[in-house]
Amino acid sequence: METITHQHHADAHRDDTAAKIGMWLFIFTEILLFGGLFIVYSVYRHMNPVAFHLAHEELSITMGFINTIILLVSSATVAISISALQKNDRKLTMLMLGITLLLALTFLVNKYFEWGGKFEHGMYPGSELMKNLSNGDMLFFSLYFFMTGLHGVHIIVGMVLLGITLYKVKTGAVNSGKYALLENSGLYWHLVDLIWIFLFPLFYLIH
Amino acid sequence: MENEKHHIVPYATHIMVLLGLIVLTVITVLITSVELGAYNTTAALIIASLKGAIVLLYFMHLKFDHKIYWIMVSLVIAIFAAVIVVTFFDYLYR
Repeated sequence: METITHQHHADAHRDDTAAKIGMWLFIFTEILLFGGLFIVYSVYRHMNPVAFHLAHEELSITMGFINTIILLVSSATVAISISALQKNDRKLTMLMLGITLLLALTFLVNKYFEWGGKFEHGMYPGSELMKNLSNGDMLFFSLYFFMTGLHGVHIIVGMVLLGITLYKVKTGAVNSGKYALLENSGLYWHLVDLIWIFLFPLFYLIH
Repeated sequence: MENEKHHIVPYATHIMVLLGLIVLTVITVLITSVELGAYNTTAALIIASLKGAIVLLYFMHLKFDHKIYWIMVSLVIAIFAAVIVVTFFDYLYR
């Protein structure tokens, strides 16, 4: 692995491969975190099939579908930004990262309206309505708010990471010879997309 | 190992992958809107796994990077799968 650093003539302590392996190890902890929640969801769904079926109809498939497409496109723009920086096209890199940030913001705005609609009907964690729901309904909506909420937090973290990366591409600190930060922020963003790929069918579609 | 740094994925590949993912998303929505009973869940999960694999292989570069990442990811997925199997054996046969 030492062979990698010398060809870039950068500081002697740089090891991009190690940085990437570190990022993957972190991603594994995230996969197991959400994986655990998916198992909780599956078990409760298995125990309350009727309630989960009826509760899922409260969610808008259109809204979920739009947000899925937004995240898929944003994942592609991040992937393109990496190829662009490797080709030393900084302008395209920054444009793609900018589009990604805008899409991420759109996702959150959609989520705001989606959650807002539920809140208006008195449906939010700890509300009177929620306390009076049957066991199965309560489990479905608690898991819905917790899992999409945790995913939303990851969107915000991803936006911060990509924002920092965009700034560093602009200043030249991240460039065609040194782009581990862009690659690793990109990996994080794809993880956020990956989690949503499973959240969408489980909460919005399956019946 | 030096070569792994220099593989540049063409823009066209990213666009094709994106189109594939969108098509699969549309298919899941259509397939789950039809009444298939228990197969609904199976179909939705198979398509989601397929989409996940595409994201991992292409967007997350597992297909182009050094094999070590691929091996690590496979191990984690195998551990996760084992936990699912054990959990459901517990709930189905207790």
